[in-house]
Amino acid sequence: MGTEKSQAAGAPATKRQFRIWRGDETGGDLKEYLVEVKEGEVVLDIIHRLQSTEAPDLACRWNCKAGKCGSCSVEINGKPKLACMTRMSTFTADETISVTPLRTFPIVRDLVTDVSFNYEKARETPAFAPPPGVTPGDYRMQQVDVERSQEFRKCIECFLCQTVCHVIRDHEENKPAFAGPRYFIRAAELDMHPLDARDDRKEYAQAEQGLGYCNITKCCTEVCPEHIKITDNGIIPMKERVVDRKYDPLVWLGNKIFRRGQVPQTSVTSEHSPGAVRAPAAGPPGFHSHAGASHDPKAEAQAQAGVNWHREVPKPTAPTLDESGKLPLTELTFDRPAAPSPFGEDVSFPLPPEHLNYAHPEQDKH
Amino acid sequence: MTTTTRIERHHYDVVVIGAGGAGLRAAIEARLAGKKTAIISKSLFGKAHTVMAEGGAAAAMGNVNSRDSWPVHFRDTMRGGKFLNNFRMAELHAKESPQRIWELETYGALFDRTKDGRISQRNFGGHEYPRLAHVGDRTGLELIRTLQQKIVSLQQEDRREHGSYDARIRVFAETTITELLLDGDRVAGAFGYYRESGEFILFEAPAVVLATGGVGRSYKVTSNSWEYTGDGHALALRAGATLINMEFLQFHPTGMVWPPSVKGILVTESVRGDGGILKNSEGKRFMFDYVPDVFRKQYADSEAEADRWYEDPDHNRRPPELLPRDEVARAINSEVKAGRGTPAGGVYLDIASRLPAEEIRRRLPSMYHQFKELADVDITREPMEVGPTCHYVMGGVEVDPDSGAAFGHVRGLFAAGEVSGGMHGSNRLGGNSLSDLLVFGKRAGGHAASYADGLASRPQVPVPAVETAVETALAPLQRDTGESPYVLQQDLQAVMGELVGIIRREGELVDALARLGELRERVAKVSAAGGRRYNPGWHLALDLRNMLVVSECTAKAALERRESRGGHTREDHPTMDPAWRRVNQVCSLEGDIVHLDRKPLPRMRPELFALFDRAELAKYLTDEELAEFDALTEEER
Repeated sequence: MGTEKSQAAGAPATKRQFRIWRGDETGGDLKEYLVEVKEGEVVLDIIHRLQSTEAPDLACRWNCKAGKCGSCSVEINGKPKLACMTRMSTFTADETISVTPLRTFPIVRDLVTDVSFNYEKARETPAFAPPPGVTPGDYRMQQVDVERSQEFRKCIECFLCQTVCHVIRDHEENKPAFAGPRYFIRAAELDMHPLDARDDRKEYAQAEQGLGYCNITKCCTEVCPEHIKITDNGIIPMKERVVDRKYDPLVWLGNKIFRRGQVPQTSVTSEHSPGAVRAPAAGPPGFHSHAGASHDPKAEAQAQAGVNWHREVPKPTAPTLDESGKLPLTELTFDRPAAPSPFGEDVSFPLPPEHLNYAHPEQDKH
Repeated sequence: MTTTTRIERHHYDVVVIGAGGAGLRAAIEARLAGKKTAIISKSLFGKAHTVMAEGGAAAAMGNVNSRDSWPVHFRDTMRGGKFLNNFRMAELHAKESPQRIWELETYGALFDRTKDGRISQRNFGGHEYPRLAHVGDRTGLELIRTLQQKIVSLQQEDRREHGSYDARIRVFAETTITELLLDGDRVAGAFGYYRESGEFILFEAPAVVLATGGVGRSYKVTSNSWEYTGDGHALALRAGATLINMEFLQFHPTGMVWPPSVKGILVTESVRGDGGILKNSEGKRFMFDYVPDVFRKQYADSEAEADRWYEDPDHNRRPPELLPRDEVARAINSEVKAGRGTPAGGVYLDIASRLPAEEIRRRLPSMYHQFKELADVDITREPMEVGPTCHYVMGGVEVDPDSGAAFGHVRGLFAAGEVSGGMHGSNRLGGNSLSDLLVFGKRAGGHAASYADGLASRPQVPVPAVETAVETALAPLQRDTGESPYVLQQDLQAVMGELVGIIRREGELVDALARLGELRERVAKVSAAGGRRYNPGWHLALDLRNMLVVSECTAKAALERRESRGGHTREDHPTMDPAWRRVNQVCSLEGDIVHLDRKPLPRMRPELFALFDRAELAKYLTDEELAEFDALTEEER
C-alpha cells in the first residue's frame, strides 16, 4: 500500500517534471507530468508510478526491471536507454526529463514501438550450423576460443544499437538492405564460434546483411547497456575481406591491435610474448578456430620460425574518450572529418616491413 | 454484441502457452515431431523470465568432479525438497538433464569450459559436487537465446521446404491467453488477445502445453517480472485440472533490499558459491548458528574449515552459506527480526573482503555490472544489502511425471517448468529449474504431439464458451464504477506479503483468507480506463483474477499444513512432521471456490530408497516407513 517502510533510510520524496510522449501511429504529443520521485529510483519506477496514479493506460514495455531482458528501451532526453537502468540521481534537480519511444521503429502506442523489424532480420541471419559427425556431449572447446563469441552472446536484444544506428534511424529506405549492429554481432558470433560448420559468415554479412553501409561511427557501442564492443570486436573484424583473412599480414596485424580493448594497456607494450604471433590455423582439422591463443604446439613452433622477435612492435593507444570515459558518440562531435581510424590514431599505413611478423602456413616446406 | 466482435482464428496441433525455457523446449519437440505448433508469448520473443536465472543448469555430467552421477543428483534433489518431491520426476530429471544440456550445444550454446574443453560446472547450494553448467552469471539468457535461435533455425528449415517461416512453428509475441476452451473433458483451444492491438485471437488445437511460469507478482517483494501472475495455474484450475503443493513458495535468500528501485532483484547464489559470506549488523558471520541437524554432517562448523572448502572441497565440509535456500532465507529473516539487520531490513553479503576486485569482476561480471549500474554500489568495495525475496513456486499443476499430462478431469492439457508441481517437493535447489524446464519441456512437448496424433476426431470449440470469454475480457473496459487494477494488485500484494509470507501463523492465514474473499468481490468489479490498444491497466485487470485464485490456493494449503517444511514455515508448528511428508495437498476449483484435498505421495521404488543411508531417512520418514525400509535392506542381504 502507500506506506514505504524502506524510506526510513532515504531522503524525503520530491516532485520532478517529466515530459512523456503519448499517442499512437496517427500522431501524438509530449505530455507534462509532475511526479513524485524517491531516493534510489530509476526512470521505470516513475513510469510505474504514473501508471498506478494519473495515467493508468500509459503503454510501456518492461519485464525484469534489472537490466537483463532488454524490454524497457526508450529514449530519455533524446538518448536511447533502458528505463530500468537510468537512475534518477543522474539528472540535476531542476532538469525536465523527457521520455520518448524509439525513433527508428513504428509507433504502436505511447512508449511502445513495433520492433518486428529486428525479428525479421533475426530470421534472415543463417543459424548455427552444427559440426557434422560430432555427437552431443563430445563438443570440445577451449575457454579462450569461446570468449570472443560469448561477448556477443551477452546481448539482451534491447535494440538500442538498432535504434541509434543512423543508417536506418532516419532512413526507412535502408531498412530492407541493412540488418543492423545486433545482427552483425550475431554473424560475428557465429563466425568466431569454434565449431560452427559454415565458413561464409563474413561473405554473407557483406553480401546480404548490408555490412558495407556501416561507417564505424561507434554509436552502437556507445549505447550498448551490456558494454559489448560492437564495432571494435564485431563489425570491424567482419569487414575484413575474405582473402585477407589468411594472406594479408596487414589486416591480420590490424586485428591484433584491434583486440587491444581486451588486453590491459600496459601489458601490450613491446612484450615479446610467444602469444603475440601465431599461425592462423589451430585446433583439430576440420574446425576453423579464431582462437586468441593457440593450444597446438606445432602451430606454435611454425609461428615462431621466421619471426623477428626484435622488431619494434607499434604501441597501440587507447581510443580517445570523452569526459564521461566513453567513446565519443557521433562523427558530428568528432574533431576531424570521417570516422576515426579503426587501427587507432597512432598507426599509419603502409607499415614499415620490419614492423611485421608473418608466418606463411607452408613456410616449413621451403 | 459479441457476434460483432472480430476474432482472428488459427488452427494448430499443439499450442504452447509461455515462451520461457520450458515453453520453447516443448515447442521445439512438438515441431520436431511434425506437429504444427504455436508459441504464445506474453512478452516479446526472447524476453522470458528465464533470462533472470543466473547460476546455471544442474546436470550430473561429472565434468569437474567425475564422482558425480545421476543417483547423487537425485539424492540431492530429494534432500533439498525434504523428500516431498515426486520421486519419479526427480529421477527423470537427474537422469536426463546431461543429455538436455549437451543438446543445447548442438543448438549453438556456448557454456564456460573446463581446461580439457568440456562444459565447466560450478558449486551451488545443496549440490554435493560442482554440477551447474553455466555462462558467467547469465546462464538463463544463454539458455533462452539458444532455444530462441533453435526455433529460428527450424523456421528457416520450414521456409526452405514450405516457402514460409511460419509454416510449422509460429511465435505469437505479446499475446495473452485468458481462457482454455473445452469440448467435454477435452482441450479444444485457447482464447486470448494481442496486447498490441487488443484484438481477440482464438486457437483451435487439441493439445495445449502450459509453460507460463510462476506466481510471484502476488507478492510485493519479488524477483519475478510482471508476467508472473499465475496464468497457467489458473487456466489449469478452470479447465478442471488440479494443483499440488501450492503452500510451498521459495523465498530466495539474497534479493537486493536497497535501493528501492531494485528491491527484490536477485543476487545470485554464485556470490556465496565463490566465497561470499553473510554478516549481520554486528559483523558476525551468523550462518554457523543456523545449520539444522539434518545437514550437520555435510556443513562446516568452523570458519576455518568453511574457508578451506573453496580450495579443497574433498577434505573439508561446505560453508553454511551454501545451505539450501529455505534454510538461508529463514536464517536471514531471524537475524533481521532479532534486530541485527541493516537499515533497509536485510543483512550484509560480503564478497569485497574475500576476493580481489579483479577476481570478483571476472567471476561475477553481471552481478558487478548490475549493482554498479542499477544501484551505484561497487561490490568489489562494499558489502551488498540483501534479504529474502519471493522467487519461485514449487507448487503447480499436478502432472503425470513421464508425460507432463495434467491430472484432474481434463485431457489434452500438459504442463512443464515452474507451472507444474511435484518435481521440487517442498523446496527447489538452485540450478534445478533450468534443467527441469529442459527435461520436462521436451517431455511435455513430445507427449502433447503424440496425444494429438492419437485422437480419432478433433475436439470442437463450443461457440457459447467463446462468447463468454469475449464478455469476460471486455468487462473491465465497460465498467467505470469499479476500482483501479493497480490499487487491487497492491492490496493483494499486501495481504500475501504480510499474512502468507515467509513465516506463517494460523491466525494470520485465517485473516488472509477472509481478506482474499473480500478482494475476490472487488476484483470481480474492477474497471480499466482507456481503450483496447496496448493498455497495461486493462491487461492487469484481466490478470488479477488469476493472481487471486492462485493466492487463495496458497493461503488455504498453508493454513492446512500444520508443520514446517522447505518453502512453508509455520511459526506455530515449527518442526517437520514425518506424517505430513506422505501427503500432497491438491487444489481444485468448484465454481469459483478453491477446494482442498489430501492425496498420498507416490511411493518411491525400493532401489531408489536404497540410495540413502538409514540415518538420513530416519530424519524424514515415519517409523512405519522406516520398518519397511529395514525389511527391504534385510532382503537384499
